[in-house]
Amino acid sequence: MATTSTFKPRRAAKSIVVTGLTLGMLILFLSPFAFMVFTSLKTPEQIGVIGSPVWPAAVATFEYDGKERDMYTVPMNKCEGSEESTDQRGLALVKKGTRASTFIDPDDMERGEFVCQVSWRALDRPWTFAPTFSNYTEVWSSINFPRLLSNTLFYAVATTVGVLISCTLVAYGFSRFDFPGRDFLFVVLIATIFLPGFVTVIPTYTFFQRIGWVGTWLPLIVPSFFANAFDVFLLRQYFMTIPREMDEAAMIDGASRFRVLTSILVPQAYPVLLAVIVFHIVFAWNDYFGPLIYLSTNRAAWPVSVALSTFNGIYGQKPQLIQAGALMTLIIPLLLFIFAQRFFVQGIVITGVDK
Amino acid sequence: MFQELNRGLPKLPTIRAYREMTPLKRREMREGLLYISPWLIGFFIFTFLPILASLVFSFMNLRITDGITSTPKFVGLDNYAQMVRDPQIWSLSGGTRGSLWITLLFGAISLPVGILAPLAIALLMNARSLKGQMVFRSAFYMPYIIPFVAAVFLWGGMLNPESGWINRALIAVGVPKESTPNWANDVNWVYPTYVIMGIWGIGNAMLIFLAGLQGVPTDLYDAAKVDGANGWQSFWKVTFPMISPVIFYNLVLGVVFLFQYFLVPLVVNQGTGRPGGATMFFNLYLYKTFFTFQNMSYGATMAWLLFFLILIVTVFLFWSAKYWVYYAGDKRS
Repeated sequence: MATTSTFKPRRAAKSIVVTGLTLGMLILFLSPFAFMVFTSLKTPEQIGVIGSPVWPAAVATFEYDGKERDMYTVPMNKCEGSEESTDQRGLALVKKGTRASTFIDPDDMERGEFVCQVSWRALDRPWTFAPTFSNYTEVWSSINFPRLLSNTLFYAVATTVGVLISCTLVAYGFSRFDFPGRDFLFVVLIATIFLPGFVTVIPTYTFFQRIGWVGTWLPLIVPSFFANAFDVFLLRQYFMTIPREMDEAAMIDGASRFRVLTSILVPQAYPVLLAVIVFHIVFAWNDYFGPLIYLSTNRAAWPVSVALSTFNGIYGQKPQLIQAGALMTLIIPLLLFIFAQRFFVQGIVITGVDK
Repeated sequence: MFQELNRGLPKLPTIRAYREMTPLKRREMREGLLYISPWLIGFFIFTFLPILASLVFSFMNLRITDGITSTPKFVGLDNYAQMVRDPQIWSLSGGTRGSLWITLLFGAISLPVGILAPLAIALLMNARSLKGQMVFRSAFYMPYIIPFVAAVFLWGGMLNPESGWINRALIAVGVPKESTPNWANDVNWVYPTYVIMGIWGIGNAMLIFLAGLQGVPTDLYDAAKVDGANGWQSFWKVTFPMISPVIFYNLVLGVVFLFQYFLVPLVVNQGTGRPGGATMFFNLYLYKTFFTFQNMSYGATMAWLLFFLILIVTVFLFWSAKYWVYYAGDKRS
């Protein structure tokens, strides 16, 4: 090679272009978050004004002579004493008029009140950055948000416990025991992924209705204790990477099969167990269909997802409340993801790439 | 995950094989079955019995009209006869297109996007010249974990014809206000609206593609280069076959997801089918038949049709896998 320099201008340029392009795409991709945050901080007054800024803002006011005066953007050549000026300035309106209005300049108080030949109705108003947090408090109290949170948390924790216990046992059975028919059963397990939900939901719902479970949490929690294909697959794949020699050594020392699971496999499989936990908490937190069909008649048991979905009807004209509610709903899964990204990524890679 | 299925069904155990087992092997079998029993019992109660019940329902007249449950009786193939003539499923005319065609039409737009968008992002992530790959990877995945209802509301706000950022941006770049799309309220724009909302769900497929791409041995690319392959050729001759299992995986999941699609129209357009019936997806029609009109039997009949359709499509996909999916190191396929 002619050059031994580690700095390669062409490679660096390509790197800047590719990274810049990706960053641009990412900004577009995530822009709804900015929309949500900005909208949730707006006042109803701002929402009502077509063409108002995208960021949370309020019309500027100025206190003069003991009263709050609205600020307007005024072309200065219309005002007495500054006919030559080409400026536009933010002035506080003192006296309204259709032909001429009286203003005061907050930046030049010494000038005193003066008249401009403009109709105040035709003027634009300067906006200043002014976030309001009242939308959050309004959503918090108007839909009893603490109760929604505790319902959702209860659902997430109860089903996560169920999934964790049942899927660990089943994955152990599929990964460490050899018996005829095992592979057949495993294929049946995987095939349940293709089964459309409605084929089982209709009789199951009808049955739960007969025994009085509709309107309670039971139809959502009980099935989680009977394992599911994705989590069993994930755990089984991980268990299979742990050498069997370790089990055998423990069994020679007198450990039972169950002891092997709890003392050998579980401690080593903690990354994938954590993946199952975080996946399932997020799944339960976000689940909409299950709570919708089984709990819609029982408002007191609603989780956040179902309550949020009613916002469109209640707050159709109040997007600031819809966005505040959305933010309050997504903040917990978002934080969980930020702190546990590694486990999410690992879990997905095992289900999708492992054979 | 589907390689297990690609090998075909393993042999069912025979009684003879069980008789020939040693006592030790029998004990292992008993213990193994005990450990998988939570799933076996759950499968029997929550999957197997409901499938059978669903089939039985479809030959009956179970429905609730005005709060009165009909006297259950068998009606033979009546529900099936009604279904094959139901214009709400099969009608081909544009104004009142049947729900099945709506689902397939939407799939024709959303499935390619659902495969190509995450693949494109994954290829970009995998580029050697990209700095900060880990940060980008997490950031592109992140919207996937946002509650579905919240994501729909965020995009609903973004796509609001008046106040949404997308139309404001279109006006800012010079699109006349009259010709900005009316998104979810316009028959011609409602599917693109749903596809845009679905873009936030690409995270899962993207991560799987990326892991697949990272698993391609670099010496294969070097060998292709030595043989004089250009970028395009090395994609089709090296990258594509090597990641074909993950493409297959994402494709199968995408198809299964498509055939069950209805929550977005249920929330965005309140399950009304608006605008102009264009969002009455098959599953939405099924959902309303069961939950709103409380016709259990007709719902079950439609669910069986759905089951049958998914079965045909997945069997076709698994059959086609022989010709285009390559499992490295698997001698059996």
